[in-house]
Formats: sequence, structure tokens, C-alpha cells
Amino acid sequence: MKFAVIVFPGSNCDRDMYHAVRDGLGEEVDLVWYENANLADYDAILLPGGFSYGDYLRSGAIASVSNVLNQIKMKAEAGTPVLGVCNGFQILLETGLLPGAMLRNEKLKFMCHYETLVVERDDTMFTSGYEKGQQIQIPIAHGEGNYYCDDVTLEELKRNNQIVFTYKNNPNGSRADIAGIVNKAGNVLGMMPHPERAVEDLLGSSDGLAMFQSVLQHWREMYVTTS
Amino acid sequence: MKKVKIFITLKEGVLDPQGKAVQEALQANGFPDVADTRVGKYIEMTLPNEADVALEVQRMCDKLLANPVMEEYSYTVEEGIRS
Repeated sequence: MKFAVIVFPGSNCDRDMYHAVRDGLGEEVDLVWYENANLADYDAILLPGGFSYGDYLRSGAIASVSNVLNQIKMKAEAGTPVLGVCNGFQILLETGLLPGAMLRNEKLKFMCHYETLVVERDDTMFTSGYEKGQQIQIPIAHGEGNYYCDDVTLEELKRNNQIVFTYKNNPNGSRADIAGIVNKAGNVLGMMPHPERAVEDLLGSSDGLAMFQSVLQHWREMYVTTS
Repeated sequence: MKKVKIFITLKEGVLDPQGKAVQEALQANGFPDVADTRVGKYIEMTLPNEADVALEVQRMCDKLLANPVMEEYSYTVEEGIRS
């Protein structure tokens, strides 16, 4: 399976993401610069964390109108898994691939520590390696991770089962404790916590690895025939 | 040229922690009556005289400058600016 990590000016978790796929998962992965990117041959798209375009205007706003996002939208419509983490989630919100927006953390503080996430869905292509209700340790690192949407959107998210991860102890004021959501089709996931920073026990937690393994498992079930 | 000034703020009802912090600091520094403080963004630009400002600004705000999920915008236009 071949993964693309999209690199924007100001991305800074791109190499963590690359490392998680190459060394944690053991699959093929490229760092793909956003300009003149050709995503045709990739089986999954990863939007890494960081501060694309210095967070100018709004986090993720300028990256969301770059050309590469048109390709990503087409890949997303075709069913390719798209995972946006942290700034990657903010970009997905700004493009409208996922509903809602990010506000500054309720207490205005940049937060960088482990959080306990509750797995709300174990039937997505990103979370089949977990169990519903399972609590996992994944680090957060953000100043604008306060997920916001209006009442109508929140009801819709609940009705369509789009809430994939919630915080056990909401650190940032996010509505309904939301840490990660998926689109209706189930192939675009955005989350503020960093699973790519939790793929080795040596570094504190390997609870994020199952997410990458789930994506690989899904791909194998879809495309690899076994005798 | 037309000079356009665009003001973007968080929608009413959306928590503005920055506005709240600023307001509390003002209140603690001799301005106890300050209320409803909101912190926003100000963007200025020039457009050619023939531009349909209302349409252009609306398109720019919808596409990039404001996020309608959480923000609202307003603008003013000054006509006859020399380039």
C-alpha cells in the first residue's frame, strides 16, 4: 500500500507521519510537496500537523484553497482514505470535506500532552483495530483545537454516526467532547490528537499504530485477493 | 481605485475567548463598564474603479477571507482613491 504525506510550507509533523507509516506500519510512503503534486498513484492521503502558511488568516485556510486540495477532494470522492491530523484536520474543515470549524482553545493556551480518547466507532476503515468504548492514550499539541459547529450540524453528526473519537476529559472546549470526526462516506477522518506520535512504546504510547493498521487492513480487504 | 476595508468577527453566540480576556483586562484596568468585547480581523485592499465591490467582496469572503461556520463580515468602500 502506498501512502502520500502532503507537505505544505509550515507543515511540521510530516516526518512523524512518514516515520509512522514507514517504520511503524512498514508500508511505502512518500513526502509529497504540495506544488505540482500528482496523487494518482497513492492509496491513502495523509495531511500532517503543523502550521501551514504560518496559520495566517485562519489555521488551514490558505492551504485549503491550494491546487493540491482539488486533487484530494477528487480522491476523497472516489473513496480513497484521507486522514487529516491537527492542522490536517483544520485544512479538511476549511475545505468543507468535513463539517464545522476550529476555534482557539477555550483557555487560549497551547496544549501539548497526552489525552485519553474514547473510541466511539470501531466500524470505520480507520478504527477497525480498536474496540468501541476502548480508551487510548494519544498526544495532543494545538492552540486551536476547540471544535465548533452549530446545533443542526451536531445533530447531523450524531445521527450519521460521524463522531469517531471523543476526549474523556475535554481539554479545549470542543463541542460534545469531539476529538475526531469522519465524513458521511466514512473515508475522510479528521482528528486533533496525533496518532502518528504514538506508534512506539519507547516514546510513551503505541495506541496510534492500530489506526494505520486499520487503514492497511481495509485496503487489503478491498484490493488484495487471497487464495 | 476603490479602497475596501473588510471587518471579520466571530458570529454572535460563538465564544470569543480572546475578546473575553481583553474585556476582563480592560475591566481590571479602570474600564468597568466595557461589555460585549469581540476581537476580529481587519483586511484592507484596493480594487479597480470598475469592480463590482459588493460581488467581489462577497466572493472573496465566501471563498477564503471568512469562515461562515464561525465568522461574519462587513465592509466599507472609499471611492476615488488615487493609485
